Amino acid sequence: MQWFLDIGRDAKHTANTKRNTPKWRRLADSITSRIEMTLDSTLESVSKVEQEAEHFAERAGFDPDEVPHIAMAVRECAINAVMHGNAYSETKKFHVSFAMEEDVMKIVVSDSGQGVDLDSLPDPLAPENILRGSGRGIFLVKAFMDDVHFRKLDPGTEVTLTKRRVSEQADH
Amino acid sequence: MSMKVNTRQVDGITVLDLSGRITLGEGSVTLRDAIRDLINKDQKSILLNLGDVSYLDSSGLGELVTAYTSVKNAGGELKLLNLTKKVQDLLQITKLYTVFDVKDDEASAISSFTK
Repeated sequence: MQWFLDIGRDAKHTANTKRNTPKWRRLADSITSRIEMTLDSTLESVSKVEQEAEHFAERAGFDPDEVPHIAMAVRECAINAVMHGNAYSETKKFHVSFAMEEDVMKIVVSDSGQGVDLDSLPDPLAPENILRGSGRGIFLVKAFMDDVHFRKLDPGTEVTLTKRRVSEQADH
Repeated sequence: MSMKVNTRQVDGITVLDLSGRITLGEGSVTLRDAIRDLINKDQKSILLNLGDVSYLDSSGLGELVTAYTSVKNAGGELKLLNLTKKVQDLLQITKLYTVFDVKDDEASAISSFTK
C-alpha cells in the first residue's frame, strides 16, 4: 500500500474559528489535509480504508453521529471496488483519497475493473426486491452522503462522495 | 472484531447471542453457517439477539434477510431481539423493519413464537 499525506495550515480559517468553539473543533478547523492511498484488492484493504475514513472524519470535526455513516459509505464503495470492480484481482489496485475543502469532505474511490451498469441496479426498497440478500450498498451510500457521483473510467469506475460538515451555529 | 455466536435453548426456542460485526468477510459467513446448521438440525424457531452487534454493513443486512428467508422457507420463524440504535436506523432506512418481527424483551419474544 502506498501512502501520501499532505497537511497544511490555514491561519485565516484558524483565526476565525478560535472563539467559542470546543478544542476538538478548533483543532479540526486549523488544518486542511488530504490523504491518498493505493491498495491491494482485498477485504483487509477495505477494513483499512474504513478505519482511515473514520479517523479522518473525526479529525475533520464531523458530528460523532455522522462519522460512522461516512465510514460506512466509504466501506461500501471500497467493497464495490474490490469485489465488483477489480474482482479481488492480485494485479489490480484500487485508489482512495480523502480531502477537506472548506466544510466539505470529498472522498474519491476508483478501481480498474470491468465496471457496473449503475442504471441496472434494482431498487432495494421495491417490494419485489426487499427480500434480496444483496443490492443495498449503493443505496446506503446515497442515504448517508450529500452527493454521490459516478464516472466511467477506461477501464474502471470512479465514485466521488461529498459530505458537508454542519457548523455548530447551524445546530442552534 | 469478528462476530461471535453463542447458542442456547429457551423453552424450545433457539436463541443466538451474536456479538461483534456482521460484515462482508467477518460475520456474514459465520451467521450463514450457524443458521444452516440449525435448519439441518430441525431447530427452526430462532431468535437472533443483536444486542452486542456493534456494526452491520450492507452484506450483514443481506445476511439477516437471507437468514430470515431460509428459516421461513424451511417452515420456521426467525425474529430479532435487542437492536442497537445503529442497527435500528439501518433497518428503518432500508425498510427492513417491515420484514422482521423485532422484539426488545426476551421473555415476550420467546412466548411470541408459534408452538
